[in-house]
Amino acid sequence: MNFIDNPRKLRGFEKHIRVEKVSRRSILKGLGVTGGFVLAAPVMSRQALAYETGAGKMPHGVVVDPRVFVSVAPDGIVTIIGHRSEMGTGVRTSLPLIVAEEMEADWSRVKVQQAHGDEVKFGNQDTDGSRSTRHYLIPMRQIGASARTMLEQAAAKRWGVPATEVKAVNHEVVHSASGRKLGFGELAADAAKESVPSIEGLKLKNPKDFRYLGKGQVGIVDLHDITTGKAQYGADVRLSGMKYAVIARPPVTGGKLVKFEPDEALKIPGVEKVMQVRGWPWPSKFQPLGGVAVIARNTGAAIKGRDALKLTWDDGPNGKYDSVAYRKELEEASRKPGLVLRKEGDADAALKGADKVIVGEYYIPHLAHVSMEPPVAVADVKGDKAEIWAPVQSPGGTREDVAKTLGIPEANVTVNVTLLGGGFGRKSKCDFALEAALLSKELGAPVKVQWTREDDIHNGFLHTVSVERIEAGLDKSGKVIAWRHRSVAPSIASTFAAGTVHQAPFEIGMGLVDMPFEIANISCENPEAAAHTRIGWFRSVSNIPRAFAVQSMVGEIAQATGRDQKDMLLELIGSPRIVKPNVKDLWNYGEPQDSYPIDTARLRKVVELVAEKGEWGRKVPKGHGLGIAVHRSFVSYIATIVEVAVDDKGKLTVPRVDTAIDCGTYVNPERIASQIEGAAIMGLSLAKYGEITFKDGKVQQKNFDDFQVVRMDDSPVVTNVYIVPPGPDTPPSGVGEPGVPPFAPALINAIFAATGKRIRSLPIGKQLEA
Amino acid sequence: MIKVKINGQEQSWDGDPDLPLLWFLRDEAGLTGTKYGCGQALCGACTVIVDKEAVRACITSVNDVAGREVTTIEGLHPNGDHPVQKAWRQVNVPQCGFCQAGQIMQAAALLMDNPKPSHDQIREAMSGNICRCGCYQRIENAVHLASTGV
Repeated sequence: MNFIDNPRKLRGFEKHIRVEKVSRRSILKGLGVTGGFVLAAPVMSRQALAYETGAGKMPHGVVVDPRVFVSVAPDGIVTIIGHRSEMGTGVRTSLPLIVAEEMEADWSRVKVQQAHGDEVKFGNQDTDGSRSTRHYLIPMRQIGASARTMLEQAAAKRWGVPATEVKAVNHEVVHSASGRKLGFGELAADAAKESVPSIEGLKLKNPKDFRYLGKGQVGIVDLHDITTGKAQYGADVRLSGMKYAVIARPPVTGGKLVKFEPDEALKIPGVEKVMQVRGWPWPSKFQPLGGVAVIARNTGAAIKGRDALKLTWDDGPNGKYDSVAYRKELEEASRKPGLVLRKEGDADAALKGADKVIVGEYYIPHLAHVSMEPPVAVADVKGDKAEIWAPVQSPGGTREDVAKTLGIPEANVTVNVTLLGGGFGRKSKCDFALEAALLSKELGAPVKVQWTREDDIHNGFLHTVSVERIEAGLDKSGKVIAWRHRSVAPSIASTFAAGTVHQAPFEIGMGLVDMPFEIANISCENPEAAAHTRIGWFRSVSNIPRAFAVQSMVGEIAQATGRDQKDMLLELIGSPRIVKPNVKDLWNYGEPQDSYPIDTARLRKVVELVAEKGEWGRKVPKGHGLGIAVHRSFVSYIATIVEVAVDDKGKLTVPRVDTAIDCGTYVNPERIASQIEGAAIMGLSLAKYGEITFKDGKVQQKNFDDFQVVRMDDSPVVTNVYIVPPGPDTPPSGVGEPGVPPFAPALINAIFAATGKRIRSLPIGKQLEA
Repeated sequence: MIKVKINGQEQSWDGDPDLPLLWFLRDEAGLTGTKYGCGQALCGACTVIVDKEAVRACITSVNDVAGREVTTIEGLHPNGDHPVQKAWRQVNVPQCGFCQAGQIMQAAALLMDNPKPSHDQIREAMSGNICRCGCYQRIENAVHLASTGV
């Protein structure tokens, strides 16, 4: 089995799958560590912290050094580095805000500067897995507190008083005994000479003194630029002498170019050159697929030129991939025993002896990310030096991959991170930046590679396709005594290692083996499934099919036993307790179980909160229905109630959504609300329309007309968000992704309540019209 | 030679007259506020105002706008303080922000045509503009706010 225990990224990953001999760690050894003090894992001492996170285990861990992240100019402007990628979550604002809070900087005098890709300097920059706040809340506070302490020490020396007598308050240091004050700008030069205090000795602010954290009063730093068209995304980078390129890629994963005829393309006004792009054999990780590039003076000419190319492809081993046939394969596999991943009691025997067995076979197809900004990158390669500008979720990984692809030292590669016009996991793969680097090297000029929407849909790294089969055995009283869940889906690991047929721990750990219900006999199984296209991380990943299946099954059990959905859900969750599934090496989103246990008290709490605030059980008009679902993902707890309306013709609308989230200690409730509002839209999009299908190895959809997403006229009329107030030491947990998984099952349960129709196959499409 | 007025400035183009306005704006005129999202008038990310009407720059050629006046997000208001822009900031609409220029131009065109749109009219008029992050609730609130005075 090729199991991968590191989420989202292949870094620290090669050691588990035999893809490459050189590990990223060994590359690092040659570089040495310079500047600032870089802390090896575990970074956070027990004294400084009430909890531990998995941050130190991420590639390059965490760097806690104010000299790396903070600078103060003589005019008082404080510049704080944002080292994670902004794709809409607000992270470029919230992490620097934590530093500003702790250092007593006035936010109106703070500038945020985006870090380039350099994980030795900044620590891990891989922005995915809903990890930024949970891994960086404490490190950013420590950085801010260090900077504050250095400013206070500088002022105390200037005044010749003990440092204990001075205090930083709102961008100045005050000596209250004498009434003296010095602005941060006046202290900047002296503070820079102070030694960086030890983390253990740092005094963090009392949360009751917070001005920004937890308040939600601060808008995102890019708000003005976004509303005036000045914000710079990957597509907006313009360099002198830059060429514009689009690429014709193999239409089938694993396919190869046989021949191309450039003559007609070269006749298009503005087209300058047609050239082949190197491709890597499948499975090719994040390496380019290869193909033919059309180089032009503008993107429009390049697209027109590409349309005029005559291309012949060899479709390779996946040329027969067909979604209809593949679905049958998955369904058949789900009906036979598979690799047992979690076993408690004896589910087989209990199902045989059950009074009633309810079976649900749920299907969720491939999905495309379709971020509004399709993949795009600019590269300028000169000799053995490369500079990249790109909307990448992992600038550190991009830097490593560009260096490897071009065969130059990593130190010679600069990766500038622009804003990301959406990411959703697509931009954690840097293939588009590698294409730009290869083209620029060959052209000897800066080049922008623009993916069209069709490219994005045809040549992406799709969300997996899965069949989730659940059998629930009930005794005479209606109590659930057995639970067998088989998950069959091609794994993301297949994009890295040929022959992968089982899901990786990070996939099975997303709602399969960590299922929290209090049931005596449990079996979680993973029958084999081989991939025939590139599979990648998609916002919420395997939690989407898992929550859909598990929470639909709760609705089905309630339906079969004539009970209220919410009561059934709470009964299955059972007593407040810490769930310890009988699983070898539970993934737990890379977090220690001590800090981030599976806590059913918190799971119950979000169900109860959303039921109360969302007025569960309220009377709704005829044709309307309420549905509920809860799911723990990215170590957060989240419950959603959806109200649907289905008219006589089967037209589905969503008048109201209520969601409760427990994400522990939080930074910006306003951005949490925006993430959850957006998650409802993405959840509705995938439930109502989302489906990528294959025929003859090729994706059949091409643009927003046949791969539809929710538009304003069918979006929920109102989405209400309730955030559970954290306990004093509750560690922060994910926000970006957890909102999506419970939406579809809540919707499906609501549709059942409204119509009596039980939908087990997504998307809903025309199923309600029958 | 095609002449077109963009944000009050006359520009000329002697290349392919069929070049989509979108790519002329972005790659030739350097006005990158207008975005590419689909190239087929399906998503509205490239919305600009031609004379007083919202159009999709991706399916409008440079030739189509010869002698006409094009307004992009950069030219909507000299200080970025058009009521729609102000409302957008007040409501904290954007997440990733990529579609927002198109959304704002569409909303500005809507309010020129209908200064007090209803809930349904806003949802209808804005439905050609996709936001994958899902900011619709706030977009609707911001358009409503802009129509009632920021």
